[in-house]
Amino acid sequence: MRTVLELRGVSKRYPGQPPVHALRSVSLRIEAGELLAIVGQSGSGKSTLLHIMGTLERPTSGEARMDGVEVSSMSDRQLSGLRAWRLGFVFQQFFLLDGLPVLDNVANGLLYRALPARERRRRAARALERVGLGHRVGHLPNQLSGGERQRVAIARAIVGEPAVVLADEPTGNLDTASGAAIVALLHQLNEEGTTIAVITHNQEIATSLPRQVELRDGAIVRDAVSS
Amino acid sequence: MKSRVLLSDVLRDGSLGLRTRRLRASLSALGIAIGVAAIVGVLGISASSQADLLARLDRLGTNLLTVGPGQHFGGGQAYLPQTAPGMIRRVGPVLRVSATGVVPGMSVFKTDKVPQYQTGGISVRATDLDLPDTLGASVADGVFLNAATARYPAVVLGASVAQYLGITDVRDPIEILIGRRWFTVVGILAPIALAPELDRSVFVGYPAAEQYLGFDGEFTSVYLRTDPAQVTDVQAVLARTASPAHPEEVAVSRPSDALAARAAAQAAYSTLFVGLGAVALLVGGVGIANVMFVSVLERRSEIGLRRALGATRGHIGTQFLAESALLSLLGGAVGVGIGAAVTVGYASTHHWTVVVPAVAVWGGLASALVLGMVAGLYPALRAARLAPVVALRTV
Repeated sequence: MRTVLELRGVSKRYPGQPPVHALRSVSLRIEAGELLAIVGQSGSGKSTLLHIMGTLERPTSGEARMDGVEVSSMSDRQLSGLRAWRLGFVFQQFFLLDGLPVLDNVANGLLYRALPARERRRRAARALERVGLGHRVGHLPNQLSGGERQRVAIARAIVGEPAVVLADEPTGNLDTASGAAIVALLHQLNEEGTTIAVITHNQEIATSLPRQVELRDGAIVRDAVSS
Repeated sequence: MKSRVLLSDVLRDGSLGLRTRRLRASLSALGIAIGVAAIVGVLGISASSQADLLARLDRLGTNLLTVGPGQHFGGGQAYLPQTAPGMIRRVGPVLRVSATGVVPGMSVFKTDKVPQYQTGGISVRATDLDLPDTLGASVADGVFLNAATARYPAVVLGASVAQYLGITDVRDPIEILIGRRWFTVVGILAPIALAPELDRSVFVGYPAAEQYLGFDGEFTSVYLRTDPAQVTDVQAVLARTASPAHPEEVAVSRPSDALAARAAAQAAYSTLFVGLGAVALLVGGVGIANVMFVSVLERRSEIGLRRALGATRGHIGTQFLAESALLSLLGGAVGVGIGAAVTVGYASTHHWTVVVPAVAVWGGLASALVLGMVAGLYPALRAARLAPVVALRTV
């Protein structure tokens, strides 16, 4: 198994009175091809963990490694390159650009690789097929349902075939049925080879995934693989 | 694994904010449009008007000089010596000389029913027969005086006089009353741009003036054309030539100077309006900076998303800078269009050739572009400095 993402003794402290310890010496390893849940109550530090894994934030101490390379000391420019080529994000609020058709929103997942627009659109169309929205390419985001919007966001995250997709409460804004469909889609994509980490507070969703990492008060209290 | 973005994408993303918020974009570009339109319009109108004045100057010639009596040293009206036209004619570069003399105490009427004191400010001039040639004046209707009609009670009307008396043509013989004598109108002059004082005169030949009006042969003005290259030289010696004994009593003028001064005055006048346009442009720039700040605030989550997709700080800053520059450039382009249209409209109502100076067009666009970049600089920096996590947290 190849390790794509690894945290070693990562702590994150936000200054203040008193300072907040969001993460306390967290160590975590994600192998290629995994589908795992990072589960915890709100305030458990799971969003901070996702931000550090996604290189959107730097740890106060400890190491974060992407493909075995330490990233904490990288420049903003290098980290941006890493996000453009190796990471995919899915957010609770979808974050689609309202003025752009679905196809272009997905193609934006390749925007910062400086690929020609034609190539980006070709790959975006394929990603939309994979999430089952091949018929919606020309629609605007506000013409879609919440579940469909999240599928578009997932297509945008996988269009560049990143080393790992980080999904932050992907079902948080959806009703139960749409949420279940999104979880099923994540399973399907994982079976097709995508490495996915899902951050959630929902135990039910967490237990439906092969591996659960449980966070409480900034520390990992359980890391289990379901049979 | 470098994060890079294509220039075409920077422009597309820069215009995205404008395309999705059209009303706001057009309103904020309006300030720039008004400023640029004012500048282009003012420069265009003044350039068209100057081109027209210069064309008229070219047509009329700048080599016409007039010599008249000035003020007497002790006050009161001076006289030109009778030898003046002959003396002036002997100056080398002088090409052509015509003299006229006002017949004093004459009034002009269309009928004898009008009281004598209502003179209408018309002066009666005895004139050389080549006066129209010297002045470049043309006859609007009929003919000018000739050697034959100069001896008879025949008269040619200046343009203003004809209008005042309500005489538009000379197809049917018309007689007017000069002093106590009826004169037949044989011609009407077109307006004379370089000697507007003659438009308010009527012209009779010297012999007729002496015979019928008691004219004493006193010249009051001499018009002359010189070699165009030596106008100022001739101008310098004219007073002494016309009146060697009292050169200080001779007034020499170059009528084209008045037109040239008008062209220069217009240029000065337009500087003021270009200044006002620049102020409008500046206010427009402040408006754009304002809108860009709001845009950065509103689009924090988009900034966060783009950082997550791999945009560097520089990419974010560039995108907002491009948006600001495009917005301003859009306003500038609309402004150039409006300014050019105003110029075309104004120039064509005045029958001028339309001149929209290229420097106004490019200057307008360039200043809008620069202004947009300056206005967008600080908002763009704010956007670039926004931490990705902070940007994503706000919903």
